[in-house]
Amino acid sequence: MSGANLLRLAALGLLIAFLVSPQTFAPLFAPLTRYGAPPIYDQGNLLALALAQLATVCCAAVASTLFAVSLGVLVTRPAGAQFLPLSRTLVNIGQTFPPVAVLAVAVPLVGFGEKPTLIALFAYGLLPIFENTIAGLRSCPPAVLEAASGMGMSARERLRWVELPLAMPLILEGVRLSLVINVGTATIGSTVAAKGLGEVIIAGLLSSNTAFILQGGLVTGLMAVLLYDGLRTVERRFLRAAPLD
Amino acid sequence: MIQIEGLTKQYGATTVVDAVSFNIERNSIAVIVGTSGSGKSTLLRMINRLVEPTAGRVLLDGADTRSEPAHLLRRRIGYAIQGHGLFPHRTVAENVATVPRLLGWPEERIRSRVQELLEIFQLDPGLYADALPHQLSGGQQQRVGVARALAAEPGVLLMDEPFGALDPIIRAKAQEDLLGIQRRFGTTMVLVTHDMDEAFRLGHRVAVMRQGQLLQYDRPAVLLTHPSDPFVARMTGLTDRAMKLLALTTAGEAALPGGSDGPCVASSASLRDVLSELLWSGAASALVLGEDGSPRGQLPVAAILARGRP
Repeated sequence: MSGANLLRLAALGLLIAFLVSPQTFAPLFAPLTRYGAPPIYDQGNLLALALAQLATVCCAAVASTLFAVSLGVLVTRPAGAQFLPLSRTLVNIGQTFPPVAVLAVAVPLVGFGEKPTLIALFAYGLLPIFENTIAGLRSCPPAVLEAASGMGMSARERLRWVELPLAMPLILEGVRLSLVINVGTATIGSTVAAKGLGEVIIAGLLSSNTAFILQGGLVTGLMAVLLYDGLRTVERRFLRAAPLD
Repeated sequence: MIQIEGLTKQYGATTVVDAVSFNIERNSIAVIVGTSGSGKSTLLRMINRLVEPTAGRVLLDGADTRSEPAHLLRRRIGYAIQGHGLFPHRTVAENVATVPRLLGWPEERIRSRVQELLEIFQLDPGLYADALPHQLSGGQQQRVGVARALAAEPGVLLMDEPFGALDPIIRAKAQEDLLGIQRRFGTTMVLVTHDMDEAFRLGHRVAVMRQGQLLQYDRPAVLLTHPSDPFVARMTGLTDRAMKLLALTTAGEAALPGGSDGPCVASSASLRDVLSELLWSGAASALVLGEDGSPRGQLPVAAILARGRP
């Protein structure tokens, strides 16, 4: 087993051990607390919070992927080319508009809970997927596209069998980036009562408990790193596409 | 039979192909030659409607090519291009199976057809069927490209500089193979090239184009002996046209009755090669042998030289 794999397994093991049995780690966090405050977050189940956050991020990612890939396909078709500047502007706004501000705008409209968080993450995750979809579709070699049409593929068949498969490595990379960014960003959802590890961090901030803040942050960070790494492994395994020359 | 009638393509004010008309006989090879920008590729691409003509029409076995959707038309017409355009994410077998799959052939028929084609193109199915295109050499990729174009047994095969990216030795072999394929399947072929030697070697008839216009469409020998235009004469080459003319005739066709004690040549050898052999050996005549090795006649130098005159 290579060193990198060993490190992966160690990180995963550590994360699972901490989420399943956080009290085991209490002595580690005890020095960070003052006045006998609890060293481990005790107002909720850490495992449930982590899973809830992951679920929220994944739901948002599915929605962003569907939307951004469809939009990317649309603006690279001859009929949709004129929408490219507009789409790019919209997607860029999604990225530049701070998620906190999105939450503030969304709460009056859809109420507290998961919904405003989903909206914020959805908007925030569009840009990398959208741009990578366009880059991937544009990187298809012209000779290959010409051959596909020359063989008698309709525009739809060409997209389905040639363009999307060839663009897939870049699209998946965009999805991966978007997911990882949003695992971290999702913690702010706790400000509007979405379940997640943000709750732990906020509790730590309110009670000046550094141990809580560190727990929420570390678990989130570890999830992001493992997710990034795991998705890249999956990409490599499932994509046998040759390097484009 | 392909009938091209007044085919014209304009992009804005620029006329790329200007009212070109000619017929391509069934089971023959027509080669379109011209310098770059002559409109030869556009002309080819109008036959399978990758480019839609501004005016004029193409009849395929008497039926207007516009009578069905373009992508359905293209499934009946093979298409091979320079740089092969193989799908990099698909195996060799999947690439070759592209059009049969589009046509919905049963899986068993597809498999046997792919097998057959790979064998014809000297690609051992056991070794190459599951290989990805980037694992093949340039010559092999080009063969897969042509095999893919022929997969659904099209009556017509269009090729745009199919051998342009190959080195001279592999190119000569690919041209030989193509002639073999044409004889075997009787496919009507239209090939675009800028290489006059390739045109003469492959074409039953050659169309010379310049600036969108068809200057001459005729058998290679006629292009050499009766060029309709100074440009055609320049394209066919003025300094070695006699040698080119000799290259168009085989020893078997020119052989005279009688024997010879000179060097032996195959009846499929071109007169150009026979003359070269006679110059080299200093003999006055050659003995022509048939495919079975039996004498077919003799070829004196004078008879060869007479063939090199218009």
